[in-house]
Amino acid sequence: MAGVLLLAEHEAGALDELSLQALTLARELAGGETVNALLVGDGGREAAGLLGAYGVASAHVAEDERLAAYAPAAWARCLLDLIERLGPDAVLAAGTNRGNEVLAHVAARLDLPFAANVTELRGGSAGGEAVAAGGIELVRVRWGGSLLEEARLEGAPALLSVAPHALAAASANGAGAPTVEPFSPELEEPDLLVQVAEHVDTVTAGISLAEAKVVVSGGRGVGSADGFAILEELAEQLEAAVGCSRVVTSAGWRPHTDQVGQTGTKVAPDLYIACGISGATQHVAGCKGAKKILAINSDAEAPILASADYAVIGDLTEIVPAITAELRKARSSQ
Amino acid sequence: MRLLVCVKRVPLTGGKMVLTADEQALETRHLGFTISPHEECGVEEAVRIAEQHGGEVTVLTLGPPEAEEQVRETLAMGAHRGILLESGPDEWDPQGTSAAILDAIRADEAANGAFDLIVFGNESADSGNFQVGVRVAYALGRPVVTGLKGLSVEDGRARCEQEVAGGRDVYLVALPAVVSVLEGINLPRYPSVPAKLRARQKPIERSAPERPAPRLAKLRLVAPAGHGKQAQILGEGPEAAPAVVEVMRELGVT
Repeated sequence: MAGVLLLAEHEAGALDELSLQALTLARELAGGETVNALLVGDGGREAAGLLGAYGVASAHVAEDERLAAYAPAAWARCLLDLIERLGPDAVLAAGTNRGNEVLAHVAARLDLPFAANVTELRGGSAGGEAVAAGGIELVRVRWGGSLLEEARLEGAPALLSVAPHALAAASANGAGAPTVEPFSPELEEPDLLVQVAEHVDTVTAGISLAEAKVVVSGGRGVGSADGFAILEELAEQLEAAVGCSRVVTSAGWRPHTDQVGQTGTKVAPDLYIACGISGATQHVAGCKGAKKILAINSDAEAPILASADYAVIGDLTEIVPAITAELRKARSSQ
Repeated sequence: MRLLVCVKRVPLTGGKMVLTADEQALETRHLGFTISPHEECGVEEAVRIAEQHGGEVTVLTLGPPEAEEQVRETLAMGAHRGILLESGPDEWDPQGTSAAILDAIRADEAANGAFDLIVFGNESADSGNFQVGVRVAYALGRPVVTGLKGLSVEDGRARCEQEVAGGRDVYLVALPAVVSVLEGINLPRYPSVPAKLRARQKPIERSAPERPAPRLAKLRLVAPAGHGKQAQILGEGPEAAPAVVEVMRELGVT
């Protein structure tokens, strides 16, 4: 049996949306052959039952009490067991922290190449033929999505992760419930040397950047840490989160947790307000998921205007308080 | 303690990505270069550990001869010595990169003793392959923890913290170990002028490993679609505020 194998991530039985997106590419790569899934951790059987709608024929549920806490090498061992048993043409995961980490472990153990954050397949050939012909042609993310790379991936099985939000999760027509096959992976001592030993909850105050409907963000043009006060006031009116660019965190004006960008948080609000942000690719990689971008900038030639939907040109220290005042006025007249 | 940090020289991209005519690389004639951000934080983290516990920080890079500039930067930040693996003009794939780094580590450990901690960035800013540190760890038979936002070393163990939904996951691993870190784990220092002058005197060893044929082979680079929007100008100065609020109302965010 060939086909493909996907690591399906879930949280206590609830499937991760990014894994369902990865399944869209997995089905394309399978080209009609079997799609298998691996589920690890508590709730695996519940999650497995839901995968049929997405074209999974067999869901393999790794069951071992030592898998209760995440251990990357142990998850990799589960995939290796299935690779040996099923002989898939390709092994996939979502391009999440864990997906990329576990596939890197598999790649290291098998000494095979691994392509991270693939957005689409090229060349039209399904996995089996392409692997047999010496490689899969694909497109993958570089520079946090500011640039793409067409590449050829060798190796059998082909190892690849699927970039988040590159593809929609789509249900497969006519698919029935998958067969659910529990198995005990052959875990060894070294597989459990690196394992989550403790989870520390952090209390977050205010609105989370990643989930905010509106983000008011500041860059170099804000001028100082104190300069963010007017952005905070606008954010309060809009129930928005406050973000910033990398220049701001490097200068120590705001904590790194506020950074929007390739090396910070990736946001997807309805409206992203970029105040005094020039629009370096590193920043745009973090905010291009916004439905609309409003740029407030003194420079009408700033690169951010090529990524923005709306712009106001001028001094942000005058414009931002004017918008806040206008919002207050609108509220009091309601 | 002996610490090693692996870094990569990458272009400072600014506002627009421009490709070379052959679509094989970014046009960098008008760009500066820097250390890939996660790795710069890796250098800072290693230097802090050495300052706290005593020890020596070695920085290794695989890059063009000009990557000496980035190694000197790390020496100014407090690293003690550099290893520059000269790569030539063609790009190395993750397996080739890992193999070259591994050979250099084995040679250095044979001469100077094992590294207690080897630090990588979680992924490089440009190629973003998410795997070199893991490959090196496996080849050395050492534990590896990736994506760290917190790291401390005590009693021969590393306490490693990842940011996850709702909090932090903590791992405890015995040294020697391999870790990869993320920007935000610290705020890297700006080297002083005297530190930069001292960095000129610090040693950098060079060698030129041979590039194996890539198994993840770049064919060409492509700019993603959807770039080059034309923003609708709502106005100039504070007089534009009513127009902005009107747009907010249309978007349903007021």
